[in-house]
Amino acid sequence: MNSSIAELHKLYAAGDAKPSGVCREALDRIEKDNERLNAYITINRESALKMAAGMDADIQAAIKQRPLAGVPVAIKDNMCLAGVRTTCASRVLGDYAPPYTATAVKKLEEAGAIIIGKTNLDEFAMGSSTENSAFGPARNPVNAELTPGGSSGGSAVTVAAGHIPVALGSDTGGSIRQPASFCGVVGLKPTYGRVSRYGLVAFASSLDQIGPLTTNVADAARALQVISGRDRHDSTSSNAPVPDYLGALSGDIKGLRVGVPPECFGEGLDPEVKEKVEAGIRKLADRGAEIVEVHLPHTKYAIAVYYVIATAEASSNLARYDGVRYGFRAEESRTLSEMYRKTRDEGFGAEVKRRIMLGTFVLSSGYYDAYYEKAQRVRSMLAGDFAEAFKRCDVIVTPTAPTPAFKIGEKSNDPLAMYLGDIYTVTINLTGVPAISVPCGSSKAGLPIGLQLIGNHFDEARLLNAAYAFEQS
Amino acid sequence: MPITQAEVEKIAGLANLELTADEKDLFSNQLAAIVEYVDQLNELDTSAVKPWRHQSAGEVETSYVARDDKVEPSLGQQKALEQAPDHDEGHFLVPRVIGG
Repeated sequence: MNSSIAELHKLYAAGDAKPSGVCREALDRIEKDNERLNAYITINRESALKMAAGMDADIQAAIKQRPLAGVPVAIKDNMCLAGVRTTCASRVLGDYAPPYTATAVKKLEEAGAIIIGKTNLDEFAMGSSTENSAFGPARNPVNAELTPGGSSGGSAVTVAAGHIPVALGSDTGGSIRQPASFCGVVGLKPTYGRVSRYGLVAFASSLDQIGPLTTNVADAARALQVISGRDRHDSTSSNAPVPDYLGALSGDIKGLRVGVPPECFGEGLDPEVKEKVEAGIRKLADRGAEIVEVHLPHTKYAIAVYYVIATAEASSNLARYDGVRYGFRAEESRTLSEMYRKTRDEGFGAEVKRRIMLGTFVLSSGYYDAYYEKAQRVRSMLAGDFAEAFKRCDVIVTPTAPTPAFKIGEKSNDPLAMYLGDIYTVTINLTGVPAISVPCGSSKAGLPIGLQLIGNHFDEARLLNAAYAFEQS
Repeated sequence: MPITQAEVEKIAGLANLELTADEKDLFSNQLAAIVEYVDQLNELDTSAVKPWRHQSAGEVETSYVARDDKVEPSLGQQKALEQAPDHDEGHFLVPRVIGG
């Protein structure tokens, strides 16, 4: 299909396509590709086709009323869809089928979208490669030897493969933006609180945020419009007004102040990535943006802060998987405490255990002040960096990831090396600001490279317009 | 900072994880490497900095999180128990709690 929401709606308006035909074609391709790419954990063939058939007759009227009418959409398999298996790519959830639907997913459905499947991820969204999945690794459609990035790897793959125009991912330290960069699509992490987290299985509650992966910036704006807003089920969701994101896409960035932090262009950055991102900055200047140097002096500490905070929150959030109320339970335990330990031991994969261990350690008596409290203080310093920078600019440009996609297995034995690849993305979650990854060319080997634009809190309209202007240039 | 086998066992106990001997070995090495990396935060003087406190709405603090304390319908017992590995007569069923 490979078309945008606007193109799809044009086909519907002209009577040249019907939702059932569009969904059947998408499902056929997804099923065929899944053997090779493993983008999906669950494919909702029957329910999707049934819903699509119900929309066929009125689709020409529906597209005028509902922004995603007849649009096939996938969601990362850490978001609840009532009655449909939700695995988080973990054995510990077993055949868990939640009794409720995540707010962001419900909003997609109310906007007319058809949820055609649930995509592969690193277990509990912990990873940067979609290799840590109990259902096997997802593969990059550009080259199946490579990882698609992660943890929203499956969502990036299905959009990049042209199956569907929009998929939802979740981003705790780069999990939407980095796979978008690796697969050559657009990925948006909204401001913390912009989108409800109700029904998103918690990894690190102060960092997690749902956002869209799309083929183009306008579709990211359309999807954000639908999923944003206050939700009484999530007390951290904001009631800040939701502006007209699509209407903000004028492409005019004359006078826009674009900050470039030298700290993000130094050691560890692949020369080809550097070249493409710098060329991207020149393009923004050619369209009338004013390029200014800004400083994010604490960037080099961001990974350390992130892996303390994220694992601490994860160790607490994942305490709930105990084999009592839902999911998997290990057999043949003589006592309750033995059942807890065996269930968690058999249910969790290696990376999840490692992070629970690290998080438990940094929160444990005697280490709390030295690690957790210290990290929260440095987190405030990172937030101070951004506050200072945004006095001098409107958006900030960095690479999304220091390298293009890496090979499957390349980093799986070295967790620290894997973590260091998140250097440009984790600060965004730690400070709560929004950021978007947009494709900015390819390496000589033909691998996609992403440019990251960062906005101030709740300034998605301006951020999206900057990304749109870049995309048009 | 090295992390001893005994420390790994203590943390695993706190986290309700039952690790194999191989996992204990691997994690004590990997956790030590990660913790050593994290130790670079000690280069920074943070004595004058407050720890991060969450502002759900970022700089535009417009979120009002309190609601009326009113009982509303929720899942109900049957639905809440439906996904449990084992349940009986409206209760979650687990192995015995005391002894063994």
